[in-house]
Amino acid sequence: MGDWSSEIISHIDREHIISLLNKGERSDGRALDEFRPIEIEVGVVPAKAEGSALVRLGDTSVVAGVKVLVGDPFPDSPDEGFVMVTAEMSPMASPLFDIGPPREDAIELARVVDRGVRESETVDIKKLCIEHGKYVYSVFADVYPLEYDGNLIDASSIAVNAALATTRFPEMKVEDDTLVETGNILSIPLTNTAVEVTIAKIGTYLVVDPILKEEMVQDTRLTIAVDENENMTAMQKGGGTGPLTLDEIDQSMGIAIKRSHDIISAIKDAAKTIK
Amino acid sequence: MAIFFSKREIVIPGQLLAEGRFRPSMGTYEQEGKVYSAVVGLAELRGNTVKVVPLQGVYIPREGDFVIGTITVVAGNNWKVDIGGPYLASLHANNALRRPYDDDISRYMSTGDVISAEVIAFDRNTGPFLSMKGRGLRKLEGGMLVKISPAKIPRVIGLRGSMINMIKDLLRIHAFVGQNGIIWIRSRDLEIQKLAVKAFKMIEAEAHTSNLTDRVNEMLKNALAEIKGSSSSEKPEVKGDDVTERSPDEKGAIVSEGGDVPGSDMEDTSETSPENEEAVATPESEEPVVELETSEEKDGTSDELEIPENESESKEVNEE
Amino acid sequence: MSPEKKPDNLINAEGLRVDGRRIDELRPIEMKVGVLKQADGSASIRQGKTYIIAAVYGPRELHPRHLTLNDRAYLRVVYRMTTFSVPDRKRPAPSRREKEISMVIANALSPVIFLEEFPKAVIDVFVTVIQADGGTRCAAINAASLALADAGIPMKSLVPSVAVGKAEGQLIVDLGDEEDKYGQGDIPMAILPHTEEIVLLQQDGSFTREEIIEALQMGINSCKYLHEVQKDALKAAYVGATSDEDEENDDEDDDYLDDL
Repeated sequence: MGDWSSEIISHIDREHIISLLNKGERSDGRALDEFRPIEIEVGVVPAKAEGSALVRLGDTSVVAGVKVLVGDPFPDSPDEGFVMVTAEMSPMASPLFDIGPPREDAIELARVVDRGVRESETVDIKKLCIEHGKYVYSVFADVYPLEYDGNLIDASSIAVNAALATTRFPEMKVEDDTLVETGNILSIPLTNTAVEVTIAKIGTYLVVDPILKEEMVQDTRLTIAVDENENMTAMQKGGGTGPLTLDEIDQSMGIAIKRSHDIISAIKDAAKTIK
Repeated sequence: MAIFFSKREIVIPGQLLAEGRFRPSMGTYEQEGKVYSAVVGLAELRGNTVKVVPLQGVYIPREGDFVIGTITVVAGNNWKVDIGGPYLASLHANNALRRPYDDDISRYMSTGDVISAEVIAFDRNTGPFLSMKGRGLRKLEGGMLVKISPAKIPRVIGLRGSMINMIKDLLRIHAFVGQNGIIWIRSRDLEIQKLAVKAFKMIEAEAHTSNLTDRVNEMLKNALAEIKGSSSSEKPEVKGDDVTERSPDEKGAIVSEGGDVPGSDMEDTSETSPENEEAVATPESEEPVVELETSEEKDGTSDELEIPENESESKEVNEE
Repeated sequence: MSPEKKPDNLINAEGLRVDGRRIDELRPIEMKVGVLKQADGSASIRQGKTYIIAAVYGPRELHPRHLTLNDRAYLRVVYRMTTFSVPDRKRPAPSRREKEISMVIANALSPVIFLEEFPKAVIDVFVTVIQADGGTRCAAINAASLALADAGIPMKSLVPSVAVGKAEGQLIVDLGDEEDKYGQGDIPMAILPHTEEIVLLQQDGSFTREEIIEALQMGINSCKYLHEVQKDALKAAYVGATSDEDEENDDEDDDYLDDL
């Protein structure tokens, strides 16, 4: 998902992609600022996860699941719950992914998706407090890629948002110093939604939602998290060391804002199917 | 003596195919006088030989195979070539270059270059060895690569090249079909190139169905008519491919057998490699994939330096 | 997140189990072949609420090289549970349990694969448990053997697998999560369908010698049924694409086999 510049891509594949871009085309027929079709299926782990979603972005697919646990608050934030996103690059998803402890790019994936959720203050963590200083809800959203054909970040961001939006968990309260269920079912207190849009820079071209072969020839990529108010809530330049001009960053934000509308409404539509 | 499958039946591993005096061949195994399938594939009886043509599987090299690969490593006098499958192939400079050649062979071909080559030796312990001495064996430039399942390649070629020749004639493209599932195509017209990709993907998806050549032909003709209709003023230029262009300073050292004028050589249909067509036309010559009953070991060329010199060596002087 | 409660009885007075099954009845099972595009072979299985995906890559080059076997391919199985597949969040790092299960799955599948066809290479089997509700190692074997066949790997047969066990003093097949946790014992097993030989056998709990034999016999019967489900799933993935028109010109046209 990140930097495949060390992987061998044949000169023919590389030149083919670039010669197409010179004609304003991409190898899968999309426009430069066009996303692949997004499919979101929610509630795929209904018996064990409090929220879940399977997302397909062309031939990339990921599954995300949410667990809501009760835990101790951090000492410096006694009245706040917390949200954490993790992701791993399971070797199931691609012949390029290694077995073993997560490499830098897997950690980057998890952290970038995590920042997209956290920095937008998607979740009102104050509302995740059960009892000040004692009990809070901790929300874990974990992502597993199933098929990797480029742009894991955006697919993961969509999956995490869809899983969070459809999470349902029993409300807890403290009674006689013990935790009991109130009988109510809660949703995650979402105040905003931010989705990540990744733009690859190939030569002088900016292409959104790159497929694997495009990632292999990209000079760099820029991931931009855009929220419902068209604010940027997180950014990450990665996937190669090529520089970006100010103008390219501005153009990328333009593309990201445009695409974020469709993505956010796709997530909201999918979330409606869970009561 | 009994046969337990019908003609062209899709069988699966463990399925009983025959009992009695049958010879188990490719894709099958024998146990206590019974022949079973070892793979998902199409069962076939020829004489008393039972075989299963696999519908899936990674590329396993065979001597004489025409393959297309990407150079991934340059190591001493060898290029390591990714041709798919479990074993990285070796191409020794002696099997690609005219002597004397520079010690630094990356001057001629390097990482990322795509070549067409022939498998000259293979056993499963030392990996395949390639040669570029022969017709149509060279560094490939321009165009694009299409990857399909190696198990579907015979269908892309067709009986004595019928499928690939039909596609090439209709679209007037250049195409090399590697037994390892890589197809190289080149056309000046982007739309035509896309159409070729569509045809190959269609063959891959429908490989186990009948009348495929006719259906591919129909699809292409309809699509061509549409392209022509939509750009009546600007007819797509499909003739006069530039595939034969060579810049001597860059490629002059790469052997093209016999020093033929490379251009004229490339025009005919031999691009699918004569060896392949032969193998395709005579399925009996195939070796069993699963050789339980006749586990014949080939002599391994364990030392790369022992690869016999290609006899085309003497002709190389003519090249220039 | 809500803690599970132990049911009062795992088998009721009518002889039915917590989910209404008879003692020798399997849960609803759905297997699908070819569910992932990047892998060389893949399959999914839903068995009750258990949901597992298996992917196969290879035979391919083996890294790291010191694992290389000179006379056969190395069968490498990685069984992993997603963090959200269980009631409490599983820690993301691989557990000892996951490593052991990976090994027993590899041991169950090895006898059917012609590994000697691919010396020095590796065949990778990746199993991801999306939702766990008992019997995951057995369901994983059912899916993994389909994924191997889908990858075109030569093998003697598919490998069906099921867990048998004991609850309320009675032998039962295909244990669900609660039966696994609160029952009296658990025997995950897998067989070679031709010979009924057993290639996976683990046991915990307490059984008499007679009970073990009887339980294994029940398991063999269930495995034979599962083998039929596997065969149907595999054929469906390949036969499904054949169009009706083939029937019309069957005799005229066997060009495919001639091509090959």
